[in-house]
Amino acid sequence: MLIGRAPGIRSSEITPERLYVNRREFIRAASGGAVGAVGLLAGVGEAGLAGSVPAAAQQPLSGVSASPLSTDEKLNSFEDITTYNNFYEFGTDKSDPARYAGSLTTRPWTVKVDGHVARPAEYDLDDLIKPHQLEERICRLRCVEAWSMVIPWVGVPLADVIGRMEPTGKAKFVEFTTLYRPTQMPGLLRPVLDWPYVEGLRLDEAMHPLTILAVGLYGKSLLNQNGAPIRLVVPWKYGFKSIKSIVRMRFVENAPPTAWAVANPREYGFYSNVNPDVDHPRWSQARERRIGEFFRRPTLMFNGYADQVASLYAGMDLKKNY
Amino acid sequence: MTSHQLVGRLLKPLVFVAALTPFLWLAWRAVMGNLGANPIEAVTLVTGRWTLRLLLITLTVSPLRRLTGWQPVVRFRRMLGLFAFFYGSLHFTIYVAIDQFFGWSFILADIAKRPYITVGFAGFVSMMPLALTSTTGWIRRLGGRRWQRLHRLVYLSALFGVIHFLWKVKADTRDPLLYGAVLAGLLGFRAWRAVQSRMLAPSAG
Repeated sequence: MLIGRAPGIRSSEITPERLYVNRREFIRAASGGAVGAVGLLAGVGEAGLAGSVPAAAQQPLSGVSASPLSTDEKLNSFEDITTYNNFYEFGTDKSDPARYAGSLTTRPWTVKVDGHVARPAEYDLDDLIKPHQLEERICRLRCVEAWSMVIPWVGVPLADVIGRMEPTGKAKFVEFTTLYRPTQMPGLLRPVLDWPYVEGLRLDEAMHPLTILAVGLYGKSLLNQNGAPIRLVVPWKYGFKSIKSIVRMRFVENAPPTAWAVANPREYGFYSNVNPDVDHPRWSQARERRIGEFFRRPTLMFNGYADQVASLYAGMDLKKNY
Repeated sequence: MTSHQLVGRLLKPLVFVAALTPFLWLAWRAVMGNLGANPIEAVTLVTGRWTLRLLLITLTVSPLRRLTGWQPVVRFRRMLGLFAFFYGSLHFTIYVAIDQFFGWSFILADIAKRPYITVGFAGFVSMMPLALTSTTGWIRRLGGRRWQRLHRLVYLSALFGVIHFLWKVKADTRDPLLYGAVLAGLLGFRAWRAVQSRMLAPSAG
């Protein structure tokens, strides 16, 4: 049964296993029957997109608890979240990931954990996630391109996972690496970035309760275009910090060379905290367009998470450490 | 049907419809709600690309005439140039009226501080006198030679357009570089012709 989401009720307060369908998708699915249902999964507007989002790739996730750290803002639709993506490994158009990511195989999947850590290993995805409580975490995502969304992720706090790996005293940063598989990721055939995609966090940023490893979206496992099967979500930083399809976590002493900072050090720094007062050299970061809204809205310091994370950067010059 | 009639009655209407098609298609998608998650970005990008494409197509008219010797092709030039201005106007209007919703302080700051917007704006402004003086009356008023000199501004419009595009993209420069290569070819052809004609008629210099 399809249930429309009533306004004012947080999706996290409703049975987690339920099928999330927003009003627009609900109406379309109801009116179009099976054809409509395929349409809402495949996205509209791009003829070549039909069938590229395999519904079978999505597994319902059970035992998901609600997180007190969630925002109660209006969610972006499943369609918006799964058809408007930056995932350059599949192409640089926003529609490319939804179009080309479908054929990526995400099972089996292992994540190599190494560096300054007491328990280095090649973790199977399940071994990495299963010991921890899955939670639904609704958070804002602010892209460096000045648009934003509100997304109901499902994941586990990264701190829980890292705690189990026991980083040593030498570990000051965590370096994350995205899968490099040109046969299934056509974007890798062109040197747009210095592949593989690498991101990094300071260890205290990685251990912050707001930082999660996400494995799901809208109550189901992630679609490939959103970084299946496992991705980072760091809601107070620009979206590109939230690295997708992670295959390696390395604990290191120094700040790792992150993909965008390598590509253009003048425009992208290691921290990349959302900051309305520090413009991208080519455009303003003072305002953003929430996807689905007409008017731009002011961008908030640390993407609205200043109360929780500002202390991480006490005394730092955020104009220099952009 | 004479060649004159063929152009006037058949080919020009065809080219008119062809040049209008991207707009009609965009309008149709807008009406159907088929512009994706970020419709404002979508219409901005599409109109921007077509501005540049039509500028480049306009600039192929003269080389095409020289290379093929088919004189009537020049009769498409004004229409194509005006279509470039049409899409450029849409692009600019969408930015001002929809994207920024007349937030003049933001718009002025963008034009002053963001080089890609500065150069894009300059490209648009440089098209205005060309659209304004595109009529036969203006050709007569200015005199052919002066009119022609003024209309060389189009090279600048296209150049600004390519730079605007190049400075806008984050990392994937393939498309702007492709447009730049086409423009380089079109301007290179003219430069080569100019050098050649000067060498053939040295007294004219």
